[in-house]
Amino acid sequence: MSNIRFEQIEGKSLGFYILITGLGILILAALGSVYYVEHHGHFVTGMNNRIVWGMPHVFALFLIVAASGALNVASISSVFNKKLYKPLSRLSGLVALSLLAGGLMVLVLDLGRIDRLIVAMTEYNFKSIFAWNIILYNGFFVVVAIYLWMMFERRMNKFSHKVGLVAFSWRLILTTGTGSIFGFLVARQAYDAVIMAPMFIIMSFSFGLASFILILMASYKWTNRPLGNIIVNRLRNLLGVFVAAVMYFVAVYHLGNLYLAENTGIENFILFDGGIYTKLFWYGQIILGGIVPMVLIYHPITKGDRSMLGLSSVLIIIGGFIQLYVIIIGGQAYPMELFPGKEVLEGYGDIAQYLVSLPEVFLGIGGIALAIIIVTFLVKFLAFLPESLEDDLADLYYKR
Amino acid sequence: MNKALNRRDFIKIMNATTTGVAIVASGITLTTFASVSETPVTNKKRWGLLIDTNKLTETDIDGMVNACQQEQGWGTEIRSTSSQKPGWIKKLKIKDKATNKVSNLALMCQHCEEPPCVDVCPTNASMKREDGIVLVDKHLCIGCRYCMMACPYDARSFVHETLNNQKEHMPRGKGTVEACTMCVHKVDKGETPACVESVNSEAVIFGNLYDESSQINQTLKIVQSSQIRADLNLNTGVRYSGI
Repeated sequence: MSNIRFEQIEGKSLGFYILITGLGILILAALGSVYYVEHHGHFVTGMNNRIVWGMPHVFALFLIVAASGALNVASISSVFNKKLYKPLSRLSGLVALSLLAGGLMVLVLDLGRIDRLIVAMTEYNFKSIFAWNIILYNGFFVVVAIYLWMMFERRMNKFSHKVGLVAFSWRLILTTGTGSIFGFLVARQAYDAVIMAPMFIIMSFSFGLASFILILMASYKWTNRPLGNIIVNRLRNLLGVFVAAVMYFVAVYHLGNLYLAENTGIENFILFDGGIYTKLFWYGQIILGGIVPMVLIYHPITKGDRSMLGLSSVLIIIGGFIQLYVIIIGGQAYPMELFPGKEVLEGYGDIAQYLVSLPEVFLGIGGIALAIIIVTFLVKFLAFLPESLEDDLADLYYKR
Repeated sequence: MNKALNRRDFIKIMNATTTGVAIVASGITLTTFASVSETPVTNKKRWGLLIDTNKLTETDIDGMVNACQQEQGWGTEIRSTSSQKPGWIKKLKIKDKATNKVSNLALMCQHCEEPPCVDVCPTNASMKREDGIVLVDKHLCIGCRYCMMACPYDARSFVHETLNNQKEHMPRGKGTVEACTMCVHKVDKGETPACVESVNSEAVIFGNLYDESSQINQTLKIVQSSQIRADLNLNTGVRYSGI
C-alpha cells in the first residue's frame, strides 16, 4: 500500500458546486415533504391500511441493501486478501456508510411519529426483527467507521484484516436481518420464505456494487484521475456474476412458491395476471434490470465499453428499485388468504390499490441525495480516493 | 421553655401542619382511588368472543360496526380515503368454493394468544394483557406499521390524519396504529363490549374462555367452532361457528 497515494479531491470547480447545490435542493425538497406529511398526516401519501409500506420503504430498503453490498469491495480486499481491491477499500467503506445514512433517513422520516425516535432508541422488544435491525444498522456505522480508521491510520493497518472480517460478518447479518423483516411475516403469501434472507444478501452484492461502480467512475472522470481497465474489468466481471446470482435466487424463490399450492395465488398474481406488478416484474426487474445488463456486461461488442458498464450499473439500480417495488408493494397488494377453501365476496380480498404521491418520491430521492452529498463532501475533506488507479499500478498490486 | 406563641410561629406551625396533612391525605386518596380503579388483570382469565355465523344477520353485523364506531369514536375521519380510514371491524361475506354456502361474519382483532403484532413491534407498543386482550400503547407507538404487515387478519388501522373530539377512554392519535380493544374500558368495569351488546340474539357471545361456568366456555364445548387461519397456531380469542 505504501506507494498508493490517497488524496482528497480539490472540490473547487463549478461542477462541484453545481453538484452540491443540486443535491442540497433535493435534500431540502425531501425535508419539505417530511414536514408536509408530518403536519397533515399520512393521508397525503398514497399509503393506506392495506399498503402500509409504500415508496419510501422501496427507497429506504434499496439504499440499506445497497449499503451493505457496497462494503464488499473492501471485504474482498481485507478478508479475502485480494490486493487489487485494496486501493478501493476506503471508498467502499465510505459508500457503504453514506448509502446507509440515506436509507435510514428515509426510513425514520416516514414513521408516523417521527417525534418518538427517542422511544425507538430506548425501548427494545428483542423479539422484534425490526428492533434487531435498529441495532444492526447503528452497529454497522460503528464497525465500518472503525474499519475506515484501521485503513486510514498507518499504525492501525495491521488490524484492518481482523476488523474487515468483523465488518464483513456484520454486513451479512445485517442483510439477513433486512431480508428477514419480510421472510418472517408468516401471514403473507408473498413473504413467509426463509430464502428472502439470502436473496437480500445477493441483491445487496449486486445493487451495492452497481452503486459503487457508478460512484467510482464518476469521481475519477469528474476529477480527471486515471482509472485503468484492469480494475474496471474486474469489477465488471464481478457485477455480472452478482446479477446472475440475483436472477438465480429470484427463479428459485418463484419456482419454489409455485410448487406450494398455498402460494399459487400470489405467484399467478406476480408472474401472470397482476397487471402493473406483472409488467414491472418481467419488463423492469427481469429484462431491464437483469437480462439487458448481463448482455451488456458479457457481449463481446459491449464488453470493453466503459459507458456500457455505466449503463449496466444504472439498469441494475433501476431494476433493483423495481424488484423492491414488486416485493414490497406487490406483496402487500395481494390479499392475505384468510379463509382457505373459501372465496371472499365482500369486505376484503380485493387487490389493494396504491398510487404513489410526490412527497413519498421526494423523500426517497432525498435519501439518495443525502448519500451522494456525504460521499462528495468526504472525498473533498479526507483522502478516500487514490490519486491514480491506472493499469500499471493496479497490475503491480494484483501481482503482489 | 414556656415560650408564648407569637403570630409568626403560629402561622409557621399551621402552614407546616396543613402541608403535611395535605400530602398524607392526598397520598391516601390516590391510593384509595388507585385500589378502586385498578382491577387486577391476571392470566386466570382469557376474554373471548364466539361468533355464530348461522345466527348472525347482515343487520347484526352493521349494528356491530356502528356500535364499535360510536363507542370508540373512529370512522369520522374526513380527509382519509376509504382505504385510509380506520376499520376496527369489517363486515365480510364469504362463499365456500365447494358448496357455495355463503356466510356473513364480523372480522376484528382476533386477540391472539401468540400475537404476531406483539412479536414484531420494535418498541413494545403492541402488547398483550394477561387476560388475552391485545392493545397498542399509543405513547410507545412510533408509527412504523410493522405490526400491520404482520397481522394475519388485516385487523389494524393507521391513523392518517389529525383527530378531534375523541372519546375520553380512547385517546387516538395521528401517526399511530390502532385496533379493536375488545372494549377493554368496559370489560374492566364488568361490562360487555359494545359490539356484543348491539346484537339482540346469541349470535355473539362474550366471556371468559377459561371459566367453565361461562356461556362462551359451555357453548364452545358443544358446538363446532373454528379459528381463522388456525394453521398459524395463534390460538385466537375470537372464535367462529358455522363457517
